[in-house]
Amino acid sequence: MTTATPPAAPAAGTVTGESPQVVPVRRYGHWVATAVIVVAGVLLLWSVLTNPNFEWDVALGYLGNGQVLHGLLVTLMLTLVAMVVGCAIGVVMALGRESRNPVVAGAAFGYVAFFRGTPLLVQLIFWFNLAALYPVLTLGIPSGPHLFELDANTVITPMVAAILGLGLNEGAYMSEIVRAGLQSVDPGQIDAAEALGMRKSQVFRRIVLPQAMRVIIPPTGNQTISMLKTTSLVSVIAIPDVLFAVQTIYSRNFQVVPLLITVSIWYLAVTTVLSIGQHFVERRFRRGDNRLQEPSLLATVRSGLVPWRRSRPPGPGEPTEGSRR
Amino acid sequence: MSDAAPTPMVEARGVHKYYGSNLVVKGIDLTVAPGEVTCLLGPSGSGKSTFLRCINHLEKINAGTIRVAGELVGYREHNGRLHELRDAEIAQRRSEIGMVFQQFNLFPHMTVLENLVEAPVQVRREDTATARERGLRLLERVGLADKADAYPRSLSGGQQQRVAVARALNMRPKLMLFDEPTSALDPELVGEVLDVMRDLAADGMSMIVVTHEIAFAREVADTVTFMDDGVVVESGSPAQVLGDPQHQRTRSFLAKVLS
Repeated sequence: MTTATPPAAPAAGTVTGESPQVVPVRRYGHWVATAVIVVAGVLLLWSVLTNPNFEWDVALGYLGNGQVLHGLLVTLMLTLVAMVVGCAIGVVMALGRESRNPVVAGAAFGYVAFFRGTPLLVQLIFWFNLAALYPVLTLGIPSGPHLFELDANTVITPMVAAILGLGLNEGAYMSEIVRAGLQSVDPGQIDAAEALGMRKSQVFRRIVLPQAMRVIIPPTGNQTISMLKTTSLVSVIAIPDVLFAVQTIYSRNFQVVPLLITVSIWYLAVTTVLSIGQHFVERRFRRGDNRLQEPSLLATVRSGLVPWRRSRPPGPGEPTEGSRR
Repeated sequence: MSDAAPTPMVEARGVHKYYGSNLVVKGIDLTVAPGEVTCLLGPSGSGKSTFLRCINHLEKINAGTIRVAGELVGYREHNGRLHELRDAEIAQRRSEIGMVFQQFNLFPHMTVLENLVEAPVQVRREDTATARERGLRLLERVGLADKADAYPRSLSGGQQQRVAVARALNMRPKLMLFDEPTSALDPELVGEVLDVMRDLAADGMSMIVVTHEIAFAREVADTVTFMDDGVVVESGSPAQVLGDPQHQRTRSFLAKVLS
């Protein structure tokens, strides 16, 4: 050995002239898989582009169709309203489940069990046909004076049936998500807030819920994306959503496949936008949490160019600067 | 205090507390005069922390009474019966009692200064500027003025605990409860928290401190109370209890802790 410098451990990734060459393992499986995927991809693309039955010009042409755009608006509106109703019910039911009153807790449990246990499609049709069960909706004493009477057929329009069906069903799922979020908050946080003299409602609003959000937001984003697609079920009760719109069109011109492609493109576009939005909302709710603070989209891309650095969570006896903000 | 016998800051009589069917506090009497520092010592599981949490009604007691500045914390007396108070009334009484926890329990979604400002604004309806100004002065006092805008997780344990003390003080409490404030800290960070507490005691704050820091108790406490198995074994000045313990249990505990 005639090295002039003592053989220090080489830093990872740096190759000095002294160290022997490293031959990586040959991963033949990777090459085979890559070849299979490339060939299959090319064949698929070829058939999609050359099969005239796809009729891409028709599919793309209907993207801006007035009826389709109006349907898309209905779909977006239904998604929004159903999610708002679902979240509100979810918070109420989650609090109900945690109630010290066993009747309240039992009722909330029953709600969740019922709405999760029956198919949404059945629920939608059920609400749509409510008039068959209760022709007149009344509020008052049974076989006594009534406060008001309403004709079920006029109150339960298809749109009301759709919002009831989607919202009540979503509430059941959201209550489980909210409950998991509330349970993820350290009980010490409640102790600290109550010791400072905060009332229970203040503790919930100011301390527990904001921290629970970190756990609640990601699955809620998934639920929203799922809800966007689930709203297509309402086409069975004649709501003019985006699927119903293309169905109306292809029942006239018989261009079934191109129009299904049109609607798929729209669903894909909206879910993509929602996914990106979800990323930013999640980051917002991770304030103050260094461990979960992941690099921005841009930084992730950049990390392919600069050496990857990952911050380590500070140990209890390790003062670190709050340089993250 | 010009009265001959001022109202005690804390007066506990025959306090009992069950966890399920397990009796963990078995009839404790304790009196803390205004401005007095009382240290509660004892082995783990002796009921010290549970008793401390009973004082601000984080735990409901099953028998006995606890008065803070002459008032029952969780109840109102009427015709010889105790009526449980409503949430808002309990909260109002708790707001006069500061508490510092073993695990700091800072609010992680708020900056240090926001942690200090939260309760004065939400509970006392103070305006934000006043609460912030006082909060900044308190942060200066605990040596963390430069951390006002940091998030708790970026601080060391000792720094977090000093923020927790400042947060409690920003409510201007008349009594401070410390529940093993240095037990979760690395040894080299214990001193900075004890310094803050020493400073507070010198300032005349009434304090009850559950701790294992015998040296701190000897130096700062006016009264040392030794608890074991849910009862007070002995109580007196630090010189008496720590220097000349009368009970075998106290002696064997001190022998283990000081060795």
